[in-house]
Amino acid sequence: MTFKKTLLASVIGAALTGTALLPTTASAETLRIGYSADPETLDIHEQLSGGVLRFSHLAFDPLVRWTKDFEFEPRLATEWEQVDDTTMRMTLREGVKFHSGNDFTAEDVVWTIERLKESPDYRGIFEPVESAEAVDDYTVEIKTSEPYPLLINIATYIFPMDREYYSGETDDGKDKGEIEKSGNSYASRNVSGTGPFQVTDRRQGVRVEFERFDDYWDTETEGNVSRIELTPISENASRVAALLSGDVDFIDAVPPNDLDRVRDADDANLIEIDGTRIIGFQMNEERVEAFQDPRVRQAVDLAINQEGIADRLMRGFANPAGQLSPEGYSGYNSDLTPRHDLERAQELMAEAGYEDGFEIEMIAPNNRYVNDAQIAQAVSNMLARINIDVDLRTMPLAQYWPEYDERESDMAMIGWHADTEDTANFFQYLTFCRDEESGAGQYNYGGYCNEEIDKLVTDADNETDLEKRNEMLQEAEAMLYEDVGFITLHWQNLAYAAAEGVDVEPVVNAIDFPYLGDLVIDREDDE
Amino acid sequence: MIAFLIKRLMHAVLVMFVISVLAFAIQDNLGDPIQQMVGQSVPESEREELRERFGLNDPFLVQYTRFALNALQGDFGYSYFYREPALDVIALHLPATLELVFAATLIIVLLSVPIGVYSAIKPRSPISKFFMGISIVGISIPVFLTAIVLIQIFSIGLTVSLFPESTAWGSWLNGFFSTEGSMPSFGRGDGTVPVFGYWETNFASWEGMRNIILPSVSLASIMLPLFIRLIRAEMMEVLQSDYVKYARAKGISMRRVYFVHALKNTMLPVITVGGVQIGTMVAYTILTETVFQWPGMGLMFLDAINRADIPLIIAYLMIVGIIFVVTNTIVDLIYGLVNPTVKLTGKPA
Repeated sequence: MTFKKTLLASVIGAALTGTALLPTTASAETLRIGYSADPETLDIHEQLSGGVLRFSHLAFDPLVRWTKDFEFEPRLATEWEQVDDTTMRMTLREGVKFHSGNDFTAEDVVWTIERLKESPDYRGIFEPVESAEAVDDYTVEIKTSEPYPLLINIATYIFPMDREYYSGETDDGKDKGEIEKSGNSYASRNVSGTGPFQVTDRRQGVRVEFERFDDYWDTETEGNVSRIELTPISENASRVAALLSGDVDFIDAVPPNDLDRVRDADDANLIEIDGTRIIGFQMNEERVEAFQDPRVRQAVDLAINQEGIADRLMRGFANPAGQLSPEGYSGYNSDLTPRHDLERAQELMAEAGYEDGFEIEMIAPNNRYVNDAQIAQAVSNMLARINIDVDLRTMPLAQYWPEYDERESDMAMIGWHADTEDTANFFQYLTFCRDEESGAGQYNYGGYCNEEIDKLVTDADNETDLEKRNEMLQEAEAMLYEDVGFITLHWQNLAYAAAEGVDVEPVVNAIDFPYLGDLVIDREDDE
Repeated sequence: MIAFLIKRLMHAVLVMFVISVLAFAIQDNLGDPIQQMVGQSVPESEREELRERFGLNDPFLVQYTRFALNALQGDFGYSYFYREPALDVIALHLPATLELVFAATLIIVLLSVPIGVYSAIKPRSPISKFFMGISIVGISIPVFLTAIVLIQIFSIGLTVSLFPESTAWGSWLNGFFSTEGSMPSFGRGDGTVPVFGYWETNFASWEGMRNIILPSVSLASIMLPLFIRLIRAEMMEVLQSDYVKYARAKGISMRRVYFVHALKNTMLPVITVGGVQIGTMVAYTILTETVFQWPGMGLMFLDAINRADIPLIIAYLMIVGIIFVVTNTIVDLIYGLVNPTVKLTGKPA
């Protein structure tokens, strides 16, 4: 964005903030954010990452979005119905404007879905979608190749982009709509969405500034943030210090060590949310013969004290897990609780003929998940008690994934968040029998393979009767629990912190995308 | 003199060549840049396509030759994260780092010379002993900790309730040790003033100055004790020399002996060490900038490592290499000015 434009935008912004057209009496407020990462790019289809999705919720609006309780809330789509097994008809909101001034219509949705199907990062998620068609200006029909019950789930990823704005060619003859990974594309630097905030200035890795969009369609919202300054602060201690010193109003990812400090602070509030990211271990059956024996896998699971790790190591900042799906997910099965029984574990090892144990290598990242290296250390110690001798190596994220892809260790740590917020996704990536061609089991480190489970989950994904589908997935969880195809540890919590008067509690959620358009700030000293 | 500069220029070229080869040789161990560019669920086939596009699958020699040929024309490749030429990214971050180093150098020079000289002249005075004690502590505390402590005291604020609040002296002491904490805890703040091009300065406004104080103090904290001790030791040695004794015997005023005769000779080794240390300070900025989220080269480099942004890492290493060569050259030139007996020639003496 050129300096002139920025200047113009801030002048307009300044002229209008005085007359904030908001239904509440609260005055227009500036929100200073210190997130652990800033959006990698402004092209929301270039990279599927937390930073970009958070940005999407600021500058764009999804068709529907998740509520705190995993229900769907209408945004740009006001109604949706399944016309037949493979067609969904969506009614769109009228009178919505893009930042460029263009009107939002069904054509924009069609264009966006087609672009999503071109994006390397989203192609996979939108694979089931065959086509989208505009019936009239405010009705769109989305067709899937087969019955697909999760269409509405993935509609949370459809943030309609301004077709007219991104069409045509730039001065140097490039297509404005082009998606270019780590390139200098038009869309990675220019934005026109329908969202509550407009980008006014950006220096990558240093700061992004937003102004509230004056023609934002949602006039019902009580949100009164008129300006946002987002600074990425990747160092945990510095981020917390920035909040406590009052230099920023809102931070994400409060590290467990600082939870008490923030909780006790006078002018800051801590908001903890049960997360949906499962942390666990995978056993490499291709390298260690013993792991092919379900009894040994059960013994490993029994030897690990999930409750203890969540309680002491994580200081309660995690929910111990006995299954992949967190509560609220379709396949969550309340019967499956974490097991810990050292004696039984030793017995099982003896039964399987491994009384004297064996040696394994284990790898874990040391800067990806909360306390990742310490958790791996604790698990190694627990395994020592059933005579499994662990040689642990931990490494930074940048080195971890290449190492993980090699699959040349015996046990590996992984954390997984389901992009669809649905149980099937866990299975498809983490435990499905590996198939290089279809990409199934892409993150199945250990080569675990149980065709019965795979079939059940695959069938469930074509089942449009949601109740029946839930039962099938719960059954799949139970089978995986019995067979121990994956060692589940816990779902890691999320922690935000905000300055007094910045009421983020209603707008944050387990999906980790705060809806800041609805944020209400009421600082006492304003009056 | 000319021959000397030409020789140094060739040094610089050699240094850059060696750094680039080394950096290229280790790049496979820096991580997979593609991993940082795509979502976790992106299939291997897509990743392979990207790897091909960025030329990451080519053999070492092909990759290096391509890089070297471009580098000779001033093109150090594109940063994956910033989506801009690596050199531009560095140019964008360089001013912040240089200002930080400059501010820290200023603090070091202004404090170390008087303290060092004083404690050399009056080694037995309690003030000298105090400074020597402090400097031992200062030299052994890591920059990271200094920075965090500074933030806690001056940005967040400290409430001390160690002493009984009910007594007058207790509450006074509590108040005395408690701090308000109004200093900015991170970044360059809104007080930067554009100078030219990428350069925005923190020195042109009060707001900007407030932002640079804590980072520069913590950066200076590691070098300051070193210089105090160095100046003190050199000064004490010089004070024992014959010409100082002679000057004193001649009845020249003590002030003149200390600050004209002795100090000049004290500064010779200090300049040499100082030059090398300025280079080292650029390296220390990585820690300081990380804690204070100072948007300079150090923070940029650390982020680049975390993101496996290889073109940027290589360009940074080469630029820092050049900075070392340049500062050393300047030090040698200054040395020649201060001490005319040193001859700068292209040939070994």
